Amino acid sequence: MTDLPQFAISVDQNKYLPEGGSEVHAIVSVEATGGPVAAPSAAAAEVIIIDTSGSMSYPDTKLKSAVAAATAAVDTLRDGVNFAIVAGNDSARMVYPAEQALVPASDATRAKAKAALRKLKAFGGTAIGSWLRLADELVEDHQGGVRHAILLTDGKNQHETDEELDAALFRCGGRFVCDCRGVGTDWKVAELRKVASALLGGVDIVADPQDLVADFQAMTEAAMGKAVADVALRVWTPQTARLRFVKQVMPTVEDLTARRAESGPQAGDYPLGAWGAESRDYHICVEVPPNAVGKELRAAWVKLVVPGAAGAEDQVLASGNVLAAWTDDEAESTRINPRVAHYTGQAKLADAIQQGLRAREEGDLDTATARLGRAVQLADEAGNDPITALLRKVVDVEDAATGTVRLKRDVDKADEMSLDTRSTKTVRTRGGV
Amino acid sequence: MKPADPVCPACREVVYAGEEFCEACGSRLGPDPVPARVPTRGGGRACAGCGADAVDADGYCERCGLKQPAPRDRVELEIAAGRAAGVSDRGRRHSRNEDYLALTEHPAGFATVVCDGVGSSPDPDRASLAAAETGGAALAERLAAGDDPADATRAALLRAGDAVAALAPSPAEAPSCTYVSAVTGPGTVTVGWVGDSRAYWLAADGSVADGDGGDVLGPSRQLTADDSWAAIMVARGALTEAEAEAHPNAHVITGWLGADAEQLDPHVRTFAVDRPGTVLVCSDGLWNYLPAAGGLAAVAGDAAAAPLDAARALVRHALEAGGRDNITVTLLPVTAGNGAPA
Repeated sequence: MTDLPQFAISVDQNKYLPEGGSEVHAIVSVEATGGPVAAPSAAAAEVIIIDTSGSMSYPDTKLKSAVAAATAAVDTLRDGVNFAIVAGNDSARMVYPAEQALVPASDATRAKAKAALRKLKAFGGTAIGSWLRLADELVEDHQGGVRHAILLTDGKNQHETDEELDAALFRCGGRFVCDCRGVGTDWKVAELRKVASALLGGVDIVADPQDLVADFQAMTEAAMGKAVADVALRVWTPQTARLRFVKQVMPTVEDLTARRAESGPQAGDYPLGAWGAESRDYHICVEVPPNAVGKELRAAWVKLVVPGAAGAEDQVLASGNVLAAWTDDEAESTRINPRVAHYTGQAKLADAIQQGLRAREEGDLDTATARLGRAVQLADEAGNDPITALLRKVVDVEDAATGTVRLKRDVDKADEMSLDTRSTKTVRTRGGV
Repeated sequence: MKPADPVCPACREVVYAGEEFCEACGSRLGPDPVPARVPTRGGGRACAGCGADAVDADGYCERCGLKQPAPRDRVELEIAAGRAAGVSDRGRRHSRNEDYLALTEHPAGFATVVCDGVGSSPDPDRASLAAAETGGAALAERLAAGDDPADATRAALLRAGDAVAALAPSPAEAPSCTYVSAVTGPGTVTVGWVGDSRAYWLAADGSVADGDGGDVLGPSRQLTADDSWAAIMVARGALTEAEAEAHPNAHVITGWLGADAEQLDPHVRTFAVDRPGTVLVCSDGLWNYLPAAGGLAAVAGDAAAAPLDAARALVRHALEAGGRDNITVTLLPVTAGNGAPA
């Protein structure tokens, strides 16, 4: 990996703490610009996983649309990218190629793959873990490059246990990035979110099968645009400090705290998956022992690294400092950093939506009203208009500023699931701060 | 100027960094001609906080994270075998020391410069450094050449002003600072200043003057008059000294060195020495806590006997009182040995 894009880390925070203060917050933005558009094709691997359980033919537009979407995805693959198509029901089987391997994309292989897709039949159950295990075996020989999978399902993971799925996720974590799509409204948001989250991908609902084609094309294009396969956020903290959390806050809220892998003295790595020409923001919170007024501390040293293979040196792509400085000037220590406040609000927004929808499902209407009302208020404050629009399909808003809402009596299932899946999607602040 | 490409020592063919053998003749090449990135350690500097031998190149401790004190955070100077001394300290509230000082000996006595960077200007620390160093060097040069102390003082101040003005990329971004100098001996003390850094006379006999006292240095007194809003208000009789000090504008200065300063008009005064004493030159980080000559004299004690100890005591007093600003003080004793009447 000699030809990488330019990575830059910028840190946004108010470093000033009052006398006795110990909690340091910062928004760390990581941005890649320039450099190659994407990694070399020969190093890239793409696996398309299509649910072919019996329910995919009720209505049969689901399977037809899935086939059309996979066809579009195949057409989007650049020449030379190694790919395969997997069909899943109670177990996983190869659609194309017939043998268990990836083949380089070319006009000939793309045509054969599309012919194989047209013959797909829907039958049997749903065992997502087994599908992922096959994908993992397929990418086995391609660990050096960008490895991506698209998983499409329409149902709940009924034909294997939660433990079996968890074991598969544990096995596949860090092996490839997987974006998940739920089609229709019979799948479980929490389940698919768990899969996407463990495999560092996104999750979304495609309520109308007709929309799958454009969605698959966009996902494949994004995967083709990744320039670096495996990057990690390395966070060093002082010996006496405690790292309270590391959260991705842009483009979606994702708590990374539990994903830490120790990487050296006082440092841990948080895997971020593949990276293209994009920027992501992270909210870091460190607790440091209070120091004397006038003292300054490096509360965290954040680096974007490509961890080296066994024995090889890590490659540091960018770094930034999170600082703490003690002052008795209240004007300094009480100043709230607008980006920290903004993303704190957005993380709360995702929680409020998920808690509100769960309470609604459980029939606890008071809690549902309170949480979703709070969500309306937070979305309004943050200027998160897409979320506000989705919330308005679930509640009638009397006053957004105070969060006064009434639950709608009849809510379209697809609207509720859209709100749930998209609750973690954030926006940059009003005015683009 | 770019360095020339490295060449093979055997055949002079151009070779590239990282190559082990010459592509042309196959000779083994020496060590990598481009210095490899070496792990950066602070060269065994121990952390001022936790004591770990782990200070990195950026000046942070790799164990506890503490930012290491900058060399300018505390400067102590002594010249002429300790017969004159100065101390500059970051204080307890500012993140860096924007004061600077110079201290030199000349054939007939001592000379000193103290400068205080103007906090509202960019890079005030660079301004005070340039002014004190340039002014100090110019004073030494002029006095050694036999110039009259007043002429030397004026010339040095103007040269320091040019040095500070030269730092500004544009008049809108002009680093700036105050300036005060003192020259002792023989038999006279000459001060020059722009801004609100001050010079005082501390009489060895402990006497304190009630008024100005004219051009003869007897009892302890202030020798400079601030270029400040507060001083103007007091001079006009609009406010009392106490009222002016309490006013939010108290520290607004009306004269400074910098590219954005109007025509520099150095104040220069020469005094005749009537009895032994010590000239004290300081930034407002000290006189904010000890504005009166009598108070300074009391804390300084017998400054002529141990100037560095006296300067440390004065700085400690300001630190213990809050240390809200950078603190700088220099002490130039005027004794029977160097020009004062016995």
